[in-house]
Parts: sequence; C-alpha cells; structure tokens
Amino acid sequence: MEQEVRSRKALEWDLGKSPVRALNNYLHHGLAEDGVEEVRVLNPDGAHHIAVGMDAPVRVDIMGNAGYYVGGMNKQAEVTVHGSAGWSVAENIMSGVVRIEGYVSECAGASGHGGLVVVEKDASSRCGISMKGNDIVVGGDVGHFSAFMAQKGHLVVCGNAGDGLGDSLYEAIIYVRGEIKSLGADAQEEPMTDEDHTTVASLLERAGFDHPTEKFKRVASARNLYHWNSEHDQEY
Amino acid sequence: MTDKPDGEITHALPENDAVTHGGQESHLYNRDVQAWVRKAANRGIYDIRGMGAKRKVPHFDDLVFLTASASRYPLEGYRERCETRTVLGSRNAKRPLELEIPITIAGMSFGSLSANVKEALGRGASAVGTSTTTGDGGMTNEERRSSKMLVYQCLPSRYGFNPDDLRRADAVEVVIGQGAKPGGGGMLLGQKISERVASMRTLPAGIDQRSASRHPDWTGPDDLTIKIEELREITDWEIPVYVKIGATRVENDVKLAVKAGADVVVVDGMQGGTAATQDVYIEHAGIPTLAAVVQANAALEELDVKGEVQLVVSGGIRTGADVAKAIALGADAVSIGQAVLLALGCNDHVWYEDGKTPVSAVKDYEDLGTSPGLCHHMQTGRCPVGITTQDPELEKRVDPAWGAKRVRNYLQVLNMEVATLARACGKSNVHHLEREDVVALTIESAAMAKVPLAGTNWIPGVSGF
Repeated sequence: MEQEVRSRKALEWDLGKSPVRALNNYLHHGLAEDGVEEVRVLNPDGAHHIAVGMDAPVRVDIMGNAGYYVGGMNKQAEVTVHGSAGWSVAENIMSGVVRIEGYVSECAGASGHGGLVVVEKDASSRCGISMKGNDIVVGGDVGHFSAFMAQKGHLVVCGNAGDGLGDSLYEAIIYVRGEIKSLGADAQEEPMTDEDHTTVASLLERAGFDHPTEKFKRVASARNLYHWNSEHDQEY
Repeated sequence: MTDKPDGEITHALPENDAVTHGGQESHLYNRDVQAWVRKAANRGIYDIRGMGAKRKVPHFDDLVFLTASASRYPLEGYRERCETRTVLGSRNAKRPLELEIPITIAGMSFGSLSANVKEALGRGASAVGTSTTTGDGGMTNEERRSSKMLVYQCLPSRYGFNPDDLRRADAVEVVIGQGAKPGGGGMLLGQKISERVASMRTLPAGIDQRSASRHPDWTGPDDLTIKIEELREITDWEIPVYVKIGATRVENDVKLAVKAGADVVVVDGMQGGTAATQDVYIEHAGIPTLAAVVQANAALEELDVKGEVQLVVSGGIRTGADVAKAIALGADAVSIGQAVLLALGCNDHVWYEDGKTPVSAVKDYEDLGTSPGLCHHMQTGRCPVGITTQDPELEKRVDPAWGAKRVRNYLQVLNMEVATLARACGKSNVHHLEREDVVALTIESAAMAKVPLAGTNWIPGVSGF
C-alpha cells in the first residue's frame, strides 16, 4: 500500500497520488487487516465512484467535491462528503450513512434499501427515485419527479419540492416543509399523524436539522394505480 | 353466429362460403381483424400476454449451410473433436466466464418463473458447463446454489438488487432493453405476486408490479460508462459486465455499449420472449434476430473489437442449426429463454408427477381459454404445467431434478448439432463458422443476413446486381 497509515485507526488517502480504484480496493480488503477505522480522502477533485461498495463500520471523510456514485451501495460505513457531489449519491444504499455537506445532482439515494442519506443543501431532480427502504433528508429543495416510483422509506424535504413529486408512488412516504410545485400521478397529500411527527422529528435529529415538525406536509400513494386498469391509461 | 367467451359476436363463415354468400374476404379487414376490433370495443383494454413475436419474419430457417465438398475439407463427423468452449468477458474482467458450450440461459425472473424452475435451469445449465441468468426481482438462493455460473441482471426496476448478490455473481448484465419490448418496462400482475416475490421486490403482495423502463441512476450512454465503472469498482474488476439491448437501432446501440465499456453485448431480437407485455408491443416493435446479429457484428467489426468484446444473441433460438447460423453471422454465443421453457414442458399436454407419471393438463389449459401448443398465458400465473407460476400446488408440477435433466439433454442436443454442422463445414472449432458458410433461401433473408441468395452471388443491397 502506497498510502501511509497514520495510526492503527486513521488513514489519509491522497487521490492525487493513488487513484480511486486503489482506494476502493483498500476500503474493500485492506481496512480490516490494518485495523483502520477512519479514512480521510484528500484531493477528490470530483472523482467518480469514491467509496463505493463499502461493507465495514468505518468513517470515510471526503475532503472536497465528489463525482457520480459516491457512497454507492454502501453498507455500514459512515461516508461524509465535505463538499458537493454529482449524480446518484449513495445509490442502492443498504445501511450506514452517506452525508453531503453541499449540493447534489440527480437521483440522490436512488433505489436504496436501507440506511440514511443526508443532503445539507439542495438535491436536483429524481431525488429518492425508486427508493426501497432507505431514508433521505434534504436540507434544501428537491427537483422534479423526486421519489418517482418510491417503494418504501422516507424522503424528508426541508425546503420546496419541484413538479411531479411522488409520481407513481408505492409505500414510501414523503414529508415536505415548504411548497410543493405539483404532485405526480397517484400521489396525494394526507394529514400528518402523531406517528408522522415522530418519524420526521427522529429523521431531522439524525440528520442534524432543527425544524419544528408542524410545518411538514405528508405525501403518500393514493393506491389507485396498484391494480392495472385501462381507465388509467396515461398514468402508468 | 358465435358467442365468444369474452362477449364478442362474430359471423363465423367458413372461408369457402364467403363468395357463396355474396361477399368477398377483405385482406385489410379480414375476419381476424374484425374479431380483434370487436374485442377491443367490447373490453376497452388491450391484450397482455407472454412469449415473443408470433408473426412470420425472416429467421435462421431461411439460411442453409454450404458444407464441405471438393473445395472444403470436412472433419470426420463422429471421430474428430470440434471445440465448443466459449469465453465471455475477457475484455476487462479478471474472471471471464469460461463456458463449455456456446449456449447460455437467458434472464428470466423468479416471480415470472417458479423457484423449482429456476433451480432446474441452474442445475441443467451447470451440468453442461454453461451459465444461467437471474431476472427482474433479484437472485434467489436456489438459483445461486444450483448455478455454477450465474449472471446477475441489473435492471431498471432494481427489484431485489443488492451488493451482496452482486459480489457473489459471476457476471453482471446491465439490461437496457429486451427484444419483446425494447424501450418498455414490465408489469408482473398481482396474481403472481406471492409473499416471497413481494418481499424480494419490497412491495405489497398481490398488487400489479410495474417495472420501470429507464434506469433510476443513469441516463444515456455517457452515464452508462460511469455506471459500468461503478459496478466494476464494487466488484473489484473481477467479473465481466454485460450490456443487454433490445434489437432496434442495433448498430448504434452496440457501438455505444462498447464505448461504455461492456465486456459482452447481448442483443435480443424481436422474437425474444417475455412473461407479460402488451401484444401490440411484442408484435410491432424491434427487428428480427437475423437482422440484429448482422448489424451487431458489423458494429463490432467497425470498432475493431471482434474477439475483445463478445456478442451474445437471443430471440427465437431453438435448435443447434439456429445456434450455428448465429455464430456464422458473428455471434460468440446465444442465449435461450422460451425454448428451455418448452424443454421443461411449456405448452405440453401433460406434466409429470414426481418427474415420472404423465398427468393430463388439458383441462387446465381449457380453463385459461387456450389449449396445449397455443398457450401464451404466462401473465396469469396459472401455468398448466407449473412453470410460470407462484402457486404452491402448480409449482410442484416441475420436479427440479427431472427438469434439470430435461434442460441438460436439450442443451446437449443443441451443442451436438452445432458441432455436427461445424465439422461438416470443415471447422475444428464452432467459433470458426463464418459468414461464407451460409447462403439464404429468400431475398429478404439474404438482404438481412448479407449473404448471397442460394445459387447466386447476389446479396441484395451489397453485391451481384
């Protein structure tokens, strides 16, 4: 390994010296051997695929902007991007936490099965598309078609939501604090229950946001598209 | 006048009586078309069905081999070895798939098929040294255990897709489309959504499950490049990455897949099967497999990646002759779906209790409004022979050990047929079959396959005018 293990528990990895492929290989296979529990990734410079396929209870801090798929398919690890990130942050996340301190591009947290994705600023379109059990908390706004076909889990939006929110939703629940530009097919606004307030409060706390839950609106599936029907021709 | 089960009423005159009764059959509005229009008017809903295109299109049957004679020297048919080994995924992967035969099992989902059938496919394929493929809905333990080599599909729905199964796969196949419905998603109707299927897909049991037509985390070929790299990073560049496309704009799509980094490109022609899709889509979208393989091969040749990127072709591959012709036109291997289901008894009039005693299934076909040989009702989940079902009782109609033997036998016959034709063409390796080994029987197939019409040197659109 070219990089220096600074202690039994911490490692600094300079992507200017060793590329992402070597980093990921180390994160997959070398961590346990070295007993490393924290990795600081220097000079990410928008590289794609940083810390994908993690499966260890370690902390990875990316000290700058990341490209596509940062934290993709994450299990167990706590990945923080100290900057902004590109498309499909934490896609297919299974567990652990992926946090982006800045903005993210499209499809954040897509198809995740578990774990938490936190975007401290805005997320672009299709945030939470096809999510299958993960939770996503966005400090700012989300773009159009967010939570499209989302199956399970929660999307919490502290700002505003764009057009077509929750189009073709299944069982995922969306909470929006600001304005909703428009709802997608089969998505409907519903009254907040006590359980909803508890869920939102818990997720906000885990994400590190401090908002009263009273202003949040709940959006869920009307379940009118659960059974195929020719009367819904243009809505599938 | 006849009352049909769905309420439509047709005037069912025998064809020869039409003139007698003072009429003339319209080609444009013949009685089949008339019946279809009435059915649409009665139901207000289009047909969804399984299987692939049923219309007659140019196919491998329209080609014949020019086997050895004075100008070519044959191999001894029963004595000399003809290599059938096939390697897929050697471009980038540390562990390419090394198959004993150039025939693989196509992606078919658990959900559409029963667990017993998935196990039978895995065991049968493994017995002849080839791979099988998961489908929409994820990987089952049964198919992983039973498959020596298993290709894991990464589909737009991502139902059941997870990094643990990705890491225990032998290859990953990014599915952009399939031949039966290129550009379309899917729908698994509620009657096939058992508790287990629902759990694997993270959806409620019993609802009609829509599968998306676009991937959730990338759009377009430039993004696909990055997606493929992500899959490689997660799997430490160990396993091959396939890209599967439905055959439409084949040359462009194959080039884009290669540019995106695919190790293997899978091209599925319009005859490729589905578990449930609109009939209009199955019959009216995509191009025939015969045309697709030629265009795909041309794209690989133009990019000068033949031998580096492998081509797998599917869609209506039934016999060893089909396999051999696909290889001659440029495929490295073929992939089979519908035909292996037929090998397991699909559309047979009987099923075999405990894999031994034949039991009539005719009544069950009648209950579906069909009969053996004509059934395409996979979408119902009421498969009379227990293949495309999640019903616990129907599923028992396929014994995995019996099914595995049927699949093994079938694949073995195909492989023997390929080798027979290759030897007859003077080839010691099936992959040495080449375009000049075949000619076409029809002008259409000559034009599509870009081989001469038999008995001429005429390749329509190319040479010999």
